[in-house]
This record gives sequence, structure tokens and C-alpha cells, in this order.
Amino acid sequence: MAIIRDVMPAFDLLQPSSAADAQKLLQEHGSDAWIMAGGLDSFDWLKDRIKKPKVLVDLSGIDELKGIRVTGDGVEIGAMTTLTEVAEHPEIRKNYSVLSQAVSVVASPQIRNQGTLGGNVSQDVRCWYYRGGWPCYRAGGNICYADTPVGRNREHAIFGADRCVAVHPSDSVPALIALDAKFVVQTSKGEKTVDAENYYIGPDLDITRINMLQPGDLLTAIRIPSTWAGATFYFEKVRDRNVWDFPLMNVASAIVLSGGAISRIRLAVNAVSPRPMRLKNVEDAVVGKPADASTGEMAGKLAVQGAVPLQFNAYKIPLMRNLVKRAVCGVAGQQAYGALTGDLDTQEVAWNS
Amino acid sequence: MSARWPTIRMIVNGEQRGIQAPPMKRLLDVLRQDLHLTGTKEGCGEGECGSCSVRMNGELVNSCLIPVLQAQGAEIQTVEGLAPKLEPGGTLHPLQEAFLACGGAQCGICTPGMLMAAAQLLETHPRPTLAEIREGLAGNLCRCTGFMRIFESVLAASTQASQPALRQAHHAR
Repeated sequence: MAIIRDVMPAFDLLQPSSAADAQKLLQEHGSDAWIMAGGLDSFDWLKDRIKKPKVLVDLSGIDELKGIRVTGDGVEIGAMTTLTEVAEHPEIRKNYSVLSQAVSVVASPQIRNQGTLGGNVSQDVRCWYYRGGWPCYRAGGNICYADTPVGRNREHAIFGADRCVAVHPSDSVPALIALDAKFVVQTSKGEKTVDAENYYIGPDLDITRINMLQPGDLLTAIRIPSTWAGATFYFEKVRDRNVWDFPLMNVASAIVLSGGAISRIRLAVNAVSPRPMRLKNVEDAVVGKPADASTGEMAGKLAVQGAVPLQFNAYKIPLMRNLVKRAVCGVAGQQAYGALTGDLDTQEVAWNS
Repeated sequence: MSARWPTIRMIVNGEQRGIQAPPMKRLLDVLRQDLHLTGTKEGCGEGECGSCSVRMNGELVNSCLIPVLQAQGAEIQTVEGLAPKLEPGGTLHPLQEAFLACGGAQCGICTPGMLMAAAQLLETHPRPTLAEIREGLAGNLCRCTGFMRIFESVLAASTQASQPALRQAHHAR
């Protein structure tokens, strides 16, 4: 449990009412400014007095950043759209259901009502040493407290670690990568559109930043192209508690089958690396193969090649092997998400009788 | 001191209220300290337990994770707003009756949040299945009841026919 110190450090609160104003304020204040969307990640940092921004820019009053628009080529989701709205949107449920599934297992109903998609994809890592204010590499120091013989690193990375071993905690991102989503970022040099997987930065490139946003930049929307509309999807999240918890691991895939064989696929895994991982080598290896158990086995084995476990997280290797296997061959059968609710339905029969 | 703070206007349980508070003060603290509505409880203070749940603009939220600035102009319902003004002989909300009758409340810390989550659920699903009840209350933790009594309470409250029976059961104690 976080230590609640309750009193926040003083800062100036700015509440712009348009995206243009917000960007102007962010550019004016540069690295002194902190962006607050739903506030769930921000509140934690500020209440624990670990981050002390001089200026807080609250985006909650910007209506143009809210809402979902069905466009000629897919859907565009404003960065300030709540996770509940994303989960319940009929077009997303119909054609991009991997995203509805992913966001509907984020945290709890209360948090999904308040949390935004832009915030979910831009949230910081959950490593408890870092969140607890320890002066680790990511915080600008010169040590990692998690990657030591006695460090508590059960939830940490098996791939992509470079000094920092924290994992990216988002549930929506693998689904967005599977859908080939584009993130729309306003920068001082104009609008940039980047592929979902390229929004993120590993510690090898810049250890104090988790995504491409530089001071002054603002994520305004996420566009999902119609390329994968109505494909066969798979999403699964593994966590200690069945609500609220961050993932120990999650997986998402979008597959187009033709005559029982995989003709197109996108596959992503999160909570295994500081960057959400798109498994391009696995995608390439399974194209043209039947979506069956042997292809799945092969995909799983390939996916975990090169994994480097820490003291307490070696379980993540077989976990990842199995999740990737199911994401590749499980799409032919029923989805794990349905299997979970099926369990409840069985109980219901007993309940009503 | 308070003159420095902006005025936050909200409709709380149907009444227009104006509070001068630091804009980043938690909605939970404004409700409890400034408005003296102490029915809403703080459990974990980080969104895990849901005992501070209130309804804001018709949606269930954790009041410990909402800076009051984001509640500007909002309509808030707390557990105090469930039943009409309680007077001797007054009536409780059917959910409150059901929690009493079915043993859905024990130590009481989770109860206000459970009631708000259940009220939200019954508004969208007047006759919920067990799966829907579990999903609706997924963000709320109870360490006493083991949840089954709470699920029974919500189910009982949603079954109109059993409401007079519930009241009877309660008064028979």
C-alpha cells in the first residue's frame, strides 16, 4: 500500500479548455509541466510527494479530446475518452473487440469510469522501488534496486532490460498494437502520427522516459485503421487478483485466416519488457501455417527465445510461451475471456435452482 | 486562508453546495471534512478497495482518486443520498433493507461503497444475474462477509416480490 502523505507539494494548476491552449501551456512550461488526464497515475505520484511539478496541466476540461468518432477508415478515439466508453462503444465491440476486451479488464469498474485511454497508454511503470521514490536509474540515479539477488522482481522484465528492469503495465497497448493503431501526437514541430509500438522508448534509448513524448508534446488521439476490422482476435490477461491488479502478463493477437491457414497476423505481449513488445519474428514465422496446436507450440517456443529471467520471475517464460501459443492457435476455438465468464454462468445455474 | 481557494460547486445528494477547497483536495476529503458526510469511508486510498465509492454524474467512481476540481459542476450521490432524509419511522433504500436482512453488512467499512456500487448496478441492470452482480461489485473489497451475503443482498433487493418479505425479516429481529 502506498504511503499516503496526503498533502501535495504546491504547484500552479492550469485548466485549458482546448487542445491548442493545452499545447501552448505545455510548450511554455516545458519540463516544469505535468500532464494530468484521468488523474489516477498522477494522483499517486503527487500524493506520495515523489514527483514535484511546478505546473499541473489538467486536461479534463477539454471536450474536443473526448469521444469516439467512426471515420471512413476505422475509428478515432480522443485521448481523454474514458476506458468505460471505449469498452462499451458498439463499433469497437463489433469490429475491434480485442480492444473492448483489453480495456474491460483494466483495474476496476470505478477506475475505468475515471481513467482515460490516453492516460492508460501513457502511464508510468509500476516498479515499487521506482514508485516508492528510490533513486534508481529511471529516477535519475545509478543503481537498480530490483535487479539484485534479493530485489523483489517477481513482476519485472524478461526482455529488453537495460539497467532498468521495470515492465510496461498497460492492458490496452497490446490490443492497440494488434490493431495497428496510430497515436496522434502534437509536437512543437506539428502533428506526428506514430505506430502504437513506436510510441514507446526502451531504457537503452532513454531511461527516464517511457514514451516518445518530449516536454511540450501532447497525445491527442488514437486512430484504429479498418485494416483489421472483424479479424479473429484473442486477448488474455494474467494477474494475481481477478480485478484491479496490473497484469503479470497479457497477450493480444489479430489474425486473418484463409482456408484454415494464417494469412495475416499481428501479435503483441505486454508486462514482459520495459516496452510493450510486438512479436514480429513470431508473426513472420506463422504466416501461411495452419492455426493449430503445432503452430502454436512453435510460436510459443520462438517467442521466448532470448528471455533473461531475474531471481523471482522465471515463471514468466513458460507463461509467455503458453499465452503466445493460445494467441496463435486459440483463436480457432473459443476465447479464454468467454471461458472465464462461462465459469460464472455455471455457478449461476446452481444459484437460481 | 480559505479565501485563496477557488469555489467548487457541486450538487451533492440533490443539494447545491459550494465549497472553498484546494482544487487537488480529494473528493473523499471534501465530502467528509467540508461537507461532514462521513458515510463515505476511506479504505486503501489508492483505488483497490472501493469503500470510498460514490456516484458522480451517474457513474461509479472512487472518491479517493478524484481531485475535487474534476467534480466541478458534477452531481454527486453518496450513501447519505440513498434513502430520503432518515427520520424515526422513515424508510431505508431497498438495498439497505436487503443488506440488513441478509447479513450483507458486518464491520461496515465496505458497506457504503458496496451500496453505491449495487445502486449503480441496479440502475443499469434492474434484475442482474450473479455474473452481473459480481462484475458490478468487482471494484469493491469486503474482508468480513466473503461476498456471498452481499451478492444475496443485491439479488434480494432486485427481486421486487421479496422486498416486503425482507422488511419483515428485518423487523422480526
